[in-house]
Amino acid sequence: MFTNMIIGRYMPGNSWIHRLDARTKLILSVAFIFVVFFANNVAGYVVAIAFTLLSILLTGLGVGVFIRGVRPLMFLMFITTLLQLFFVQTGDVLWHWAFLTITTDGVTNSIAVFVRFMLIIMFSTILTLTTQPLAVADAMESLLQPLKKVGFPVAELALMLSIALRFVPTLMDEAESIMNAQRARGVEFNEGNIISRIKAFVPLLIPLFINAIKRAIELGDAMEARGYRGGDNRTKYRVLTWQKQDTIAVIGFIVFTVLLIATKWL
Amino acid sequence: MTPIIELSHVTYSYPNSDTPALKDLSLTINQGEWVAIIGHNGSGKSTLAKLLNYLLAPTAGDITIAGTPVTEENMWAIRDMVGMVFQNPDNQFVGATVADDVAFGLENRGIAREEMITRVQAALTEVQMAAFADREPARLSGGQKQRVAIASVLAIQPKILILDEATAMLDPKGRREMIALVHELKTRMGDELTVLSITHDIEEAASADRVVVINDGDLIETGAPAQVFANADKLREFGLAVPFAEQLKEKLRERGIDVPASYLTTEGMVDWLWQSISTK
Ligand SMILES: Nc1ncnc2c1ncn2[C@@H]1O[C@H](COP(=O)(O)OP(=O)(O)OP(=O)(O)O)[C@@H](O)[C@H]1O
Ligand SMILES: [Mg+2]
Repeated sequence: MFTNMIIGRYMPGNSWIHRLDARTKLILSVAFIFVVFFANNVAGYVVAIAFTLLSILLTGLGVGVFIRGVRPLMFLMFITTLLQLFFVQTGDVLWHWAFLTITTDGVTNSIAVFVRFMLIIMFSTILTLTTQPLAVADAMESLLQPLKKVGFPVAELALMLSIALRFVPTLMDEAESIMNAQRARGVEFNEGNIISRIKAFVPLLIPLFINAIKRAIELGDAMEARGYRGGDNRTKYRVLTWQKQDTIAVIGFIVFTVLLIATKWL
Repeated sequence: MTPIIELSHVTYSYPNSDTPALKDLSLTINQGEWVAIIGHNGSGKSTLAKLLNYLLAPTAGDITIAGTPVTEENMWAIRDMVGMVFQNPDNQFVGATVADDVAFGLENRGIAREEMITRVQAALTEVQMAAFADREPARLSGGQKQRVAIASVLAIQPKILILDEATAMLDPKGRREMIALVHELKTRMGDELTVLSITHDIEEAASADRVVVINDGDLIETGAPAQVFANADKLREFGLAVPFAEQLKEKLRERGIDVPASYLTTEGMVDWLWQSISTK
């Protein structure tokens, strides 16, 4: 039950996008969130959709995976779209009832918001589906380097993040076996109303929490025994390498941005 | 014989407890020795192990490793000499992949990347895990994780390998493979490697050069396995298991059969049985 809870989990592959440097993908995904706002007419959205589709095709994972990635967020998208629909009051009135009004601007705005939302999620999903979480952590560490100067513990934070990621499957396995043990004692996890469901999770969370602390203490000992002492004197085994394809990806993204801006005058 | 681990009158009490976990313990281990430490649960074995690389500091007494006093100033030098493998395979796997985990100790010591790559590769080859370099721990068996833990220690090139019940959570096959691996390493490295193995597995302890028995913080006995295991009653008194061959000897003795008084391994016992049958 835990495996299908993760949105956009890493899917191994060897596509062009998979092989891009994690920093490239991270920067471009963030940049996309802003760039997509340049689209403000049909031509703009066509360009943005085309670019996103092209990127998705380059991952070699198939569009279905991405649609499934969006599904858990459908509810949120739906609410946002509805709010747009009813709150925008400019333009011609199309429909009116009591305090609810739908206008032409409301309709266009809500379509725009929906498409934008969809594109941003899909584009971010490209990052999470094609990049190992650890590589994302490495990329963050690398990109946050300048913050070291102001005393921000970048290396420690990155190690914390990588250890957390490393322990996700371990803790999930443990949760699974605790649940089985509690089921054997008669605890029902998926029955009854919301209150009793939440209550059923207490006998899961407490042992999980206690064990996690025990693990943390042992891990601390093991790390110290292996010479860990924090600080800046550590070297790194894992390095990120910028390749020609990363430069190509960045150039491609710039071309897309320019095109998108250009659609304004269409 | 040069002593490599020396403990003199070491006492350790945990901050939140009033009875010491180790009491006035003195022990010398020579370079190249393989020493097994046995004792029932809570007798202070892990505490002893943690004192040896300054994970804990003794309340009283002195410890030296290869002539270097185990003190706060020397702790990093000590940890370069003493490698430890703990019981739980998951709780000592720091890296996201096998190679990353082996590299962790090297990263901590600021070793250059090129050197790291060769050392990681060499250490993994040594434990027959080179093919798994890119695997995440979630896709390894307990025994494989423990071998990676050994590789992580080997990469540091320590003088002493401490195994704190490193085989306890493995299935019998994993346990046998792990013990065989340590034997292999020991044969190849000879006196360059001293092994201190804390264990509940009596057959494992029987294959050591020397056995140390600890009971409630006291060192009870130290001697060759043959000597320590020959006394079944004493072992039981300290809550320890009796090796299979000794149990068999006791049973035979009860039936009035003359058995050798000296300790025999299981194989030794088999040989003796064959001989006594064929000479009848
Ligand atoms: N962190 C701690 N705080 C207080 N007391 C502790 C702590 N760790 C261990 N002890 C106590 O110290 C004693 C020795 O513990 P230790 O872990 O060294 O035993 P052990 O011989 O390794 O046992 P086991 O075979 O179960 O691993 C025990 O009585 C234990 O309860
Ligand atoms: Mg112990």
